[in-house]
Amino acid sequence: MNSREKILAAIAINKPAFQPMPDVVVDIKYDYSVLVPQFLNILQINGATAVWVENVQTIKDDLQKNIAGGHYTINTTEVLGIVNEEININSNPAFLDPVEIAYISGTLGIAENGAIWLEESKMRNRLLPFICQHLVIVLDVTKIVADMHEAYKRITLGNEGYGVFVAGPSKTADIEQSLVVGAHGARSLKVYLLS
Amino acid sequence: MEHNKRNHSALSAIFNEDEKRVDWHDETLWFVRSKRDRAVHNVPEWEQLREYGSEIKNHTLSNLDQYLIEFEKKARSNGIHIHWAEDAKEHNEIISEIIRNNQVKHVVKSKSMLTEECDLNSYLTSQGIEVIDTDLGEYIVQLRKEHPSHIVLPAIHLKREDVSNTFHSHLHTEKGNNNPQYLAEAARQHMRRKFIFSELAITGVNFAVAETGGFVVCTNEGNADMGAHAAGIHIACMGIEKIIPKAEHLGVFLRLLTRSATGQPITVYSSHFHKPRNGQQMHVVIVDNGRTRQLGRPDFRNSLKCIRCGACFNTCPVYRRSGGHSYHSAVAGPIGAILNPNINMQENADLPFASTLCGSCSNVCPVKIDIHDQLWKWRQALTKKGHVSSGKRLGMKMMSFVVSYPSIYRVAGRTGRWIMRYFPSLLANKTINSWYKQREMPVPPRQSFRTWYFKNKK
Ligand code: SF4
Repeated sequence: MNSREKILAAIAINKPAFQPMPDVVVDIKYDYSVLVPQFLNILQINGATAVWVENVQTIKDDLQKNIAGGHYTINTTEVLGIVNEEININSNPAFLDPVEIAYISGTLGIAENGAIWLEESKMRNRLLPFICQHLVIVLDVTKIVADMHEAYKRITLGNEGYGVFVAGPSKTADIEQSLVVGAHGARSLKVYLLS
Repeated sequence: MEHNKRNHSALSAIFNEDEKRVDWHDETLWFVRSKRDRAVHNVPEWEQLREYGSEIKNHTLSNLDQYLIEFEKKARSNGIHIHWAEDAKEHNEIISEIIRNNQVKHVVKSKSMLTEECDLNSYLTSQGIEVIDTDLGEYIVQLRKEHPSHIVLPAIHLKREDVSNTFHSHLHTEKGNNNPQYLAEAARQHMRRKFIFSELAITGVNFAVAETGGFVVCTNEGNADMGAHAAGIHIACMGIEKIIPKAEHLGVFLRLLTRSATGQPITVYSSHFHKPRNGQQMHVVIVDNGRTRQLGRPDFRNSLKCIRCGACFNTCPVYRRSGGHSYHSAVAGPIGAILNPNINMQENADLPFASTLCGSCSNVCPVKIDIHDQLWKWRQALTKKGHVSSGKRLGMKMMSFVVSYPSIYRVAGRTGRWIMRYFPSLLANKTINSWYKQREMPVPPRQSFRTWYFKNKK
């Protein structure tokens, strides 16, 4: 018997009597009218900047300002104009290393914890949201859901090779429990909620 | 692991030499516990979530072989290579073979308690392969040639000046600069080069989903992702118990995990890996290493429900004052004290005794493991098997004798109170009774609770 067979056989002998799978129905106690303010608030608590804008032009202006300021800025989202196609699935880490600011669009946001779902197809390269110094996420305000249960109802896992919930800038408290923002991933997160 | 073979109380004594540090350790972990409480109180359906977490895990364990088979099938069709390892040795050999076949020299590794359990680092280092732990806390302990003292907060036993000294000698940071921001930035800069040029990344697995054949890794630092997306090869290591049946169950577990761990509503990054990226190799190593044996012990199989949140550590009065290294194992704390005797009964027989059985661990556990009951049961089992020192054995026998006969219990109580009042130094003698190291005797009550109760109940 190989290890696989041995492990499976040992489980078959040792596992407890069958117990049914529970039907997960969590009573939602959220007030839907406050989801967006709640989402913005929790993001701030998580150390992100979150702004709600009426017009996409505000975000475009911000993008242009960064480019004009000489910052190496990458746009991957079509609503903001020209996409930087030189960054793609095959870009190697050394090529991505100098990226200062990256604009990526989110798929949905969760009011209970501020997490935003990013999909591989929207980020152009899996490493981009992590290796950039500053991450900017653009999210449609209608894409806010109450909690994780709702979120998983809307996401089909496995359709894409990779997806991630991002809930703030990277951080650590490994030195004496003092919070340091900017561990290995992006040093800051800015979220634009677009009406 | 090349841990000290000494027992928990001897190792705690070493940790307790620096009283101020012990106080700090105690208070800091209690602070983390109170952050957990605040986060939990914001979720009115918390108890419902714990119940679901527990039931999903119970169900999964009762059908574990089928879910592993389902996971394997789906993951393979996603393009992931699946390997099975019976024990730590095979786990290490599988990884080393992938490394050799691809002629890799530099490896980055994010947090995985399983690779600690298997002592992967020493194994690879002995073969001339450089392994860097990329989680900041793990990196600090790795440089110091120590082991993590906590599964979530690996360097919680250290103070900022320790980190500063370590970084000064390894990363040439300014001597005496103890600023955490400065020190973390130095690690970031150093590690970034390692990420960019690493050829192979190893990560742990928080949850593997049978239904979709993918797995989830949670970090705050972003180190797992920096490694996995930069390297040409990604190896994820998981114990057989990391499986959950469905994607929707992630909703339950991700809500429970980080609130229990640090009081955050979710980790900064919850990464869902399903397929290798273009041109990448992705491997998952599924490890037993004694878990199927534990599954066969009705009293202890519940311990396999653990999602490694660390809440039981933070709340444990013994852990907080004895430090993680006193458990001489990869997983310390109350849950480690249940898991480790399964891995090696002889060497870890002391651990179930490192508890006051106060039950606080079971109260905070997000998947409702009956931790303190299992500790108590291990004590019985280990004593029966002859793994317990004669002093402890005698004490346990006396205790079970006294508590099983009410009349003797009452006399013993009366005698005890009398001795405490008139000869306190006898009980508090630190050589006879090691409990009184670092402790003062309380003033004994004049009457027993029983006497008080009967007098006042009318
Ligand atoms: S036993 Fe429970 S509380 Fe302890 S680490 Fe595991 S899941 Fe968390």
